[in-house]
Amino acid sequence: MTITDPLLDVSGLTKHFPIRGGFPFPRTVGAVRAVDGLDLQVAEGESLGLVGESGCGKSTTGRLITRLLEPTTGRITYAGRDITHANRRQLASVRPEIQMIFQDPYSSLNPRQTIGRIVAAPMEIHGISPAGGRERRVRELLELVGLNPEHYNRFPHEFSGGQRQRIGVARALTLSPKLIVADEPVSALDVSIQAQVVNLLQTLQRDLGIAFVFIAHDLAVVRHFSQRVAVMYLGRVVEIAHRSDLYENPRHPYTRALLSAVPEVTAEGAPPRDRIRLTGDVPSPIDPPSGCRFRTRCWKATDQCAARTPPLARIEGDATGHLTACHHPETVEKPAAAQGPATPG
Amino acid sequence: MTSPMSSAAAPLQVTVAPGAVTPAPDAPPQGGAGRSPGQLARLRFRRDRTGVVSAWVVLFFFVAGVAAPLIAKLYGKDPYTTYGQNQPGLLNDFGFPVKPNGGIGGDFWFGVEPQLGRDVFTLLLYGIRNSLLIATVTTLLVTALGIVVGITAGYLGGRVDNLVGRVIDVLLAFPSTLFFIAFWPVLISMFVSPEDNTPTWLIVVSLIAVMTAFGWAPMARLLRGEVLALREREFVEAAKVTGASPARIIFRELLPNLWTPILIQATLALPMYVTTEAALAFLGVGLQDPTPDWGVMIQRGSQVYQDDITYMLFPGLSMVIFVIAFNLLGDSVRDALDPRIRR
Repeated sequence: MTITDPLLDVSGLTKHFPIRGGFPFPRTVGAVRAVDGLDLQVAEGESLGLVGESGCGKSTTGRLITRLLEPTTGRITYAGRDITHANRRQLASVRPEIQMIFQDPYSSLNPRQTIGRIVAAPMEIHGISPAGGRERRVRELLELVGLNPEHYNRFPHEFSGGQRQRIGVARALTLSPKLIVADEPVSALDVSIQAQVVNLLQTLQRDLGIAFVFIAHDLAVVRHFSQRVAVMYLGRVVEIAHRSDLYENPRHPYTRALLSAVPEVTAEGAPPRDRIRLTGDVPSPIDPPSGCRFRTRCWKATDQCAARTPPLARIEGDATGHLTACHHPETVEKPAAAQGPATPG
Repeated sequence: MTSPMSSAAAPLQVTVAPGAVTPAPDAPPQGGAGRSPGQLARLRFRRDRTGVVSAWVVLFFFVAGVAAPLIAKLYGKDPYTTYGQNQPGLLNDFGFPVKPNGGIGGDFWFGVEPQLGRDVFTLLLYGIRNSLLIATVTTLLVTALGIVVGITAGYLGGRVDNLVGRVIDVLLAFPSTLFFIAFWPVLISMFVSPEDNTPTWLIVVSLIAVMTAFGWAPMARLLRGEVLALREREFVEAAKVTGASPARIIFRELLPNLWTPILIQATLALPMYVTTEAALAFLGVGLQDPTPDWGVMIQRGSQVYQDDITYMLFPGLSMVIFVIAFNLLGDSVRDALDPRIRR
């Protein structure tokens, strides 16, 4: 990758969840390889989208970066500091800078605490008393995310899903973080509210210069929000590129299939767009295929794909920073790229 | 690929500027404070007539128990004096009350005990006092122990959880009442030689200890399950991401969400311990005559009920009223705290 001095540098990250079995003495009989050799980098102030279908390890990756989970192997470096196996005490100085926004606004707020206490909790934990007091800071944050600061003393059950997600955003902003991992922050909200929350996040990212790892399965949302996009399949990044490169010039067959599956409204009578239908299921992460993970469902697979794991590398003719892990990449489609709409934002 | 996702991205163009909900910083703070889940529960409870009535009944019993010495003083009698033997004209030659209905009258409101001739009213008052003391202390200890063990097992998980789980299984499978009857005398004989009188405080302490040792398991099991479910909730992860300590997570994040099951379980446990203690006393384990006690009175009543049913009625009826009221109270508390359960 070409980013020099990245904020977050993840290399060769793996997370294997052991499967225990056997009677009467349980032992480890296998492992779910949720994340298996993941590389990515996030620059300061940049938004990286992480897409992929269910079960590909997106959320696990997010939880590894925020160190809610202990990585099996690999390295996570934040601002030059190795935090791969740091314990709670060692992480204390990094915690304020890496925050998380959660998927479910109904379970991410403690129902027994007022939103004032929820948003102030990070300051309490780190013993921070801002000028003007914690309450004033909380009111500022509530206003920043578009909530009425007078609702300081209300409880989460008095708010709608979108408002709750704004509270979650306010909590993540309390300590002025440099990196926010957003784990499907809008997928639990309905579409009109999704737009509001995504726009809020976008404004915050632009105004406050916060880097985002934006995990989502909705390609449109990611395209709207992220400058760079990484596509994951079975615990690995198969393609990573700037948003326009990835959406207009997908090189990995999986990325192409994924993009072609996005529903689209076409004019009446217009010929339906070609949809690539993938056959079969995603292989089990307990026993992933050899070589290229995608070869079992790929229409281009050859013996080479089974024998050798394709490295994540730049392909001749691609823009810098556009990396693909494929032996038989798709050819560049100039016309499609030209027809693509201007990227929003 | 033709025109990728032009339409799918369209809904996102709906721009609602953050802060569009114009907050009025100068607005008066009216309506600013919301109702906490606890306040909502209290409101719901107050609307439940059964709950309110049973709460008053239960409160009445507790006040009677606590204020027993005061009431007895005003009433002018005590539960130990054998009035029937000291004053002629109260008991007949066979030792039964002369007046009808167990000797109920202006002097002895609930009558006179057959044979010994003690005052039934003060006996019952002190009986309620002792029974409730034992049951309340046991409930508090069982709840505290259950909270500590249950939350520890649930939060730590793994080996600790496995070990605690097996201990709970064994305790729940244990026939504890039979165990009390068989081993309680052994336990007492370890402290007191058979020639001496067992001091009442030792009986009370050992009774509470034995009931607590066998009683914490259901509470611990319940809370373990609740913690297992809660610790997967995202607000716990949110606390972890901000660097909260395990102590903070347990006391600030988890415990406030556990008061509902704790309160429900405790309100169901207390009447159970009242009846258990009474049953043990009836079977000769635990408090004994002349210490006033609900169970001891019922046992005494069972010896004389063929000739004087009134004596049996007072402890029996009062206990039934208390236990029913407390169970109804427990139900109402549960309904108030957990409005999703509809019956």
